Amino acid sequence: MSATLRAPEPADTSQPSPAGAKGGSLAEKVLRLREFSIGAALVLLILATWLVNPSFLDDQGIKDLLLNASILVLLATGQSVVVLTRNIDLSVGSVVGLTAFACGSFVSGTDHSAVTVLLLGIALGTVCGLVSGALVSFGRVPALVVTLGMLYVIQGLDHAWAHGEQINAANVPDAVLTLGSGSVLGIPYLPILSAVVLAATAYFLRAYGSGRELYAIGSNPEAARLAGIPIRRRVLTAYAFSGAVAGLAGALWLARFGTVVADAANGWELTVVSAVVVGGIAITGGVGTVWGAALGALLLTTIGSALVVLKVSSFWEQAITGALLLAAISTDRVVRGRTTRALRKRSRQ
Amino acid sequence: MSKTAPAGADPAPVLALKGVSKSFGSVRALRDISLELRAGESHALAGENGAGKSTLIKTLAGVHRPEAGTVLLDGEPAVFHGPADARDAGIAVIYQEPTLFADLSIAENIFMGRQPRRTLGRIDHAAVHAATGALMERLGVDLDPGRTARGLSIADQQIVEIAKALSFDARVLIMDEPTAALTGSETARLFSVVETLRTEGAAVLFISHRLGEIFDLCRHVTTLRDGQLVASEPLEGLTEDELVRRMVGRDLGELYPKQEARPGGTALTVRRLTREGVFRDVSFDVREGEIVALAGLVGAGRSEVAQAVFGVDRADAGEVRVNGQALRAGSPTAAMRAGLALVPEDRRQLGLVMDASIERNIGLTGLRQLRTRGLVRRAGERARASDWALRLSLKYGRLSDPVGFLSGGNQQKVVLAKWLATEPSVLIVDEPTRGIDVGTKAEVHRLLSSLAADGLAVLMISSDLPEVLGMADRVLVMHEGRLVAEIPRAQADEESVMAAATGRAGSRGEAA
Repeated sequence: MSATLRAPEPADTSQPSPAGAKGGSLAEKVLRLREFSIGAALVLLILATWLVNPSFLDDQGIKDLLLNASILVLLATGQSVVVLTRNIDLSVGSVVGLTAFACGSFVSGTDHSAVTVLLLGIALGTVCGLVSGALVSFGRVPALVVTLGMLYVIQGLDHAWAHGEQINAANVPDAVLTLGSGSVLGIPYLPILSAVVLAATAYFLRAYGSGRELYAIGSNPEAARLAGIPIRRRVLTAYAFSGAVAGLAGALWLARFGTVVADAANGWELTVVSAVVVGGIAITGGVGTVWGAALGALLLTTIGSALVVLKVSSFWEQAITGALLLAAISTDRVVRGRTTRALRKRSRQ
Repeated sequence: MSKTAPAGADPAPVLALKGVSKSFGSVRALRDISLELRAGESHALAGENGAGKSTLIKTLAGVHRPEAGTVLLDGEPAVFHGPADARDAGIAVIYQEPTLFADLSIAENIFMGRQPRRTLGRIDHAAVHAATGALMERLGVDLDPGRTARGLSIADQQIVEIAKALSFDARVLIMDEPTAALTGSETARLFSVVETLRTEGAAVLFISHRLGEIFDLCRHVTTLRDGQLVASEPLEGLTEDELVRRMVGRDLGELYPKQEARPGGTALTVRRLTREGVFRDVSFDVREGEIVALAGLVGAGRSEVAQAVFGVDRADAGEVRVNGQALRAGSPTAAMRAGLALVPEDRRQLGLVMDASIERNIGLTGLRQLRTRGLVRRAGERARASDWALRLSLKYGRLSDPVGFLSGGNQQKVVLAKWLATEPSVLIVDEPTRGIDVGTKAEVHRLLSSLAADGLAVLMISSDLPEVLGMADRVLVMHEGRLVAEIPRAQADEESVMAAATGRAGSRGEAA
């Protein structure tokens, strides 16, 4: 009998690592929880506002909400990719301003197609992103300094070029304006475009090696170097992507508003970074999803729109955005500490 | 464990170094080093801390490019442009400090950069997961491939690193102190995996401070000292003493000029100090004139205890007294005022401002004393610096030179000067001689010894066993966050300290 009572495995093979089964899901659960709670907050906010003012959710209300959110969602998607690598791109607001104005100047009084405008915007944005990216990755200048510098340089260029002039909707070809106001099956083009870019980015980050490497770089740069990941090339690409998306957003800005002044999207960079961080992407890189960032962008936009509907002074919007940002970063720190400790405890048992 | 290579003549080397040299600034880390690794053979790399072993490994791993000499792969000169090139050549390196991505899953960690692909170049997540599961099974561990690496124990992190090496069927396996943080059974498991790989034809390069492991596992040994090749020879016929002499280059007695201790009153008292999940119930005393070593494996929680004592990290429970006075928890300022000084392990990150001058660095701890009406007096700062430079026989050009220009040993002297200038009654030193050449090392030891003779209480954290045995009046040993043994100088030897550090019950010294 005693022979059959022997354990199938030597006892010590399983002993050092009983952490196993549930450990992974814990960290993932925390992230899910974060995305879930933002989603819940969003739904609550929309419901509450709707109860106070039912016009918030009529056809036009929903359309406005989607249109307002789409550019911020787009920018947040681009920003996420950069923040995941433990970097930041503060120049996106000015890139939007520059490309919106440049595209406007290019098409004013012509009959260029919407596609041409989009391509021009993307190309111009990519160039801006490549300059920032090259300085950060190959020049080894801290991202904060580079992109802050780029923010002012691009803004300055934009103002010098515009010289107080503005692009008038009357001069913008109809094909371009239709892109901003038209819709398919009742859904405006803008949010569709944003959703496509968002989904493609999310898929790329998950399904492709270079996407995973962006996470690796942000999580542990030294280990990434030892693992042979081409860090500089990846970071450069992340900035080029962020720039391209900002350029696309600039072209869409023109399509949406028609009338563009030189400082369009001025100050947006901080809203974009807030959206990304509120959406669960760690400012220290390596953690989070673009879906979360998009939810963050949606939440910030909705707060803005709800305040208008509720007739609250728009100054509150900034205060609320700031408070959310602080809350998000503080919870990140606390939660990360707690999960690390919890995981470690499980490993020790 | 068989140590012999397959029958017949020595097979041709898989990987070799020929006349390789490498410098960092003014420090010559490797000078004209040659080394041959053969298929199916385990090769040991011996040498003290700072002898150049890590640099040599990083050269083989494609992290460093040698400035002279060549790397030969299958007899052909090879140039590795980066770690990816070395990996593609079948070279796997397991570093002393595991290099994992804490936010990513175990499976992703293992296959990062070379995931199996399906159509359109997309990652085959299912295959990654399954392959990781198979590797874990082969290693006989129960780790969930989907679990994030954050919070894994050092031993488990090491397992993930080994799985990484297994995953691409490495032809050359390089291990830098892989057993430093492992228990006995974990070490045995590791060695059986390595032996399997070796008999399957892999070349193994093995670094360990435990000489017994070298003799158990390896057939050939190459010894480095101060970046130079001392000997490359078969281990057969070599004794441990001979190997130590090759590593150290002189007798141990000469290396550790320990003066007779005459302990006075208790200077530092630590009672039931606890930080949740890091260390627990740590109690000990250090008396005036005494050098107490805190030994243990990497990750046992020694540096964490030191930081909690000094107040850098806040302890969850427990008490620290300096000269009988209770210390306010979590306040380094209070600790300094009470007469405590901490020389941290990582002098580049924590001990020095590398871009600032020698005098600025030494003056940093004394800004309070050096101040008149809120302004720091330059003359006072310089006087203090030159005084301490003289006392520690610091080798420098000018006191206004940036500290970063100095050699490792002299940098360490600057950190010591910076803290000694506060005239502490208790000095905590964390790995005081890591990465320092042998000559300067002896100077640091002589200094610590004479400071203790003058009545300073010294708590020394060290992973360097000869240093612990040579310098300490008493050895405290930590294992997995607990103080497990207190061994007086007379009874402290390699065996007793290692037994306690690896948590082998029964062979403890006088349990604390």
